[in-house]
Amino acid sequence: MAPVLFYFFAIMTLVFAVAVVANRNPVASALSLVVSFLGLAALFVGLDAYFIAVIQVLVYAGAVMVLFLFIIMLLDLRAEERRRVNIFAFVGGGLVAVAFVAQIWMVLQRFEAGKTAFLPLPAERIDDVRNVGRILFSTHNLPFQVIGVLILVATIGVVVLSKRELK
Amino acid sequence: MDFFFQLPWWLIVTSLAKTIFLIFLVVLPMVSYTVYAERRVSALIQDRLGPNRTGFPLTLLGFKKDFSPGLGGLGQPIADAVKFLLKEDFVPGHVNKLYFWLAPCLAMMPAIVTLAAIPFGSYLFGEKMVVADINVGLLFMFAISSVGVYGIVLAGWSSNSKYPFLGGIRSTSQMISYELAMGLSAVPVLLICGSTGLGAITDYQVREGWLLVPFTDGGLSLREVLLWIPLVLAFITFSISMFAETNRLPFDLPESETELVAGYHTEYSSMKFALFFLGEYTAMIAGSALIVVLFLGGWHLPLIPNGANQGGLEFLHAIPAWIWGIVNITVFFAKVAVLLFIFIWVRWTLPRFRFDQLMKLGWLYLFEIALVNIFLTAGILAFTK
Repeated sequence: MAPVLFYFFAIMTLVFAVAVVANRNPVASALSLVVSFLGLAALFVGLDAYFIAVIQVLVYAGAVMVLFLFIIMLLDLRAEERRRVNIFAFVGGGLVAVAFVAQIWMVLQRFEAGKTAFLPLPAERIDDVRNVGRILFSTHNLPFQVIGVLILVATIGVVVLSKRELK
Repeated sequence: MDFFFQLPWWLIVTSLAKTIFLIFLVVLPMVSYTVYAERRVSALIQDRLGPNRTGFPLTLLGFKKDFSPGLGGLGQPIADAVKFLLKEDFVPGHVNKLYFWLAPCLAMMPAIVTLAAIPFGSYLFGEKMVVADINVGLLFMFAISSVGVYGIVLAGWSSNSKYPFLGGIRSTSQMISYELAMGLSAVPVLLICGSTGLGAITDYQVREGWLLVPFTDGGLSLREVLLWIPLVLAFITFSISMFAETNRLPFDLPESETELVAGYHTEYSSMKFALFFLGEYTAMIAGSALIVVLFLGGWHLPLIPNGANQGGLEFLHAIPAWIWGIVNITVFFAKVAVLLFIFIWVRWTLPRFRFDQLMKLGWLYLFEIALVNIFLTAGILAFTK
């Protein structure tokens, strides 16, 4: 990926990520998050990780955020736009963010492997759907199945809770 | 500027040429003539005539008469487009301006972007006839078309009035539910072909016979006969989900005229309305193209060689390869046109579903059938070799 494209999509991701927090209108926030996700997906494409990029769009931009937007629209949140900025929360949150960025900076300074450029992969190794599947079902088989059970439990929980509401 | 000269120029030029050819010379004319076909076929089904007068306006160029070949009314799409462009672009006062403007673009763009992954031909002058031959083509199409929901949701929400809002809500829940059934019903195809790339799926069908018509490679093995059962099921569930996904009748609840005036685009006029229309029909074409690639062998026709003069009958290799390349492209879009005709045929034949019936069909039948189908296919693949 050309560096220009990388910077373009990185800046797009960051600007819209800030817009998620800065916007007062919840619908605008949700849409900014979608654009941010799309930028992130483009960065994955730049790393030849097509599968992850597509799943990023399919799951987050295409399904999760649609549900978010759906709920926001149904609730019609007007209160958010009238709320005043709480100075202490603003400063506190800003400090946490700065501390986090500083930490990442320090860790990255010590990350020696990140300083050398990654060798270009041979074309036959980039069939990432196959690679991800291989690793998921061999090395990480147990965690994968545990997550499956977890999601099943959560699904049943949702069904039980929403049924109770109806009565 | 330095990076500009490092880019592979040839790749950019060919990609641009293919994109322009696909969108402006094939798909958009196809969209306008699908609208025309929709009106003529509906008229045929309802025993009317439909638009049969408008010819190509040669009088504008100084000729004595307009040119009106064959069927008549073939100039109608041009007249429609001119009308859409010249109509007053009225924006009601109560709408949320920014999103009201954004929504038609968001409805149109994803439908066009999905076309990038479709292999619409074999080779032409040594070039692969696909804009982006990525190994996750099918997932790419699902992902981008799922982004298309935003256009409709935003149109419904930003219009700030009741019927569009209801239409937008309906459309969202409909598309989310049917995406699942659609994705799952395509999994058997992926299991059989062993790839999510649309090019690889087409290549498999060129070698082994079309998935829905498995005898096109000459013979039938036991495995192919057994796999036929899940594949026909997959084809049916996939096609039904595609109807729901593209908001076509019998599932056009988001814009059902009898209940919601015109659904999410009630407040839109002129070109903005036309963009929703274009988006819907482009999505229809992309959907039909996907069905063709997954089940009907893509650009392949038995006995016809591909654009590099491989396969097919021996004596046909005497004809230059580029002719076969063009034949392949024509075959692909002919298959798409047949599917589009079926889309139209179904629309003017079946009555509309009720919304709860629609949801029930999606979640209680199609989803389960698709899920069982995956296990069936995997079982057959595991036990027959």
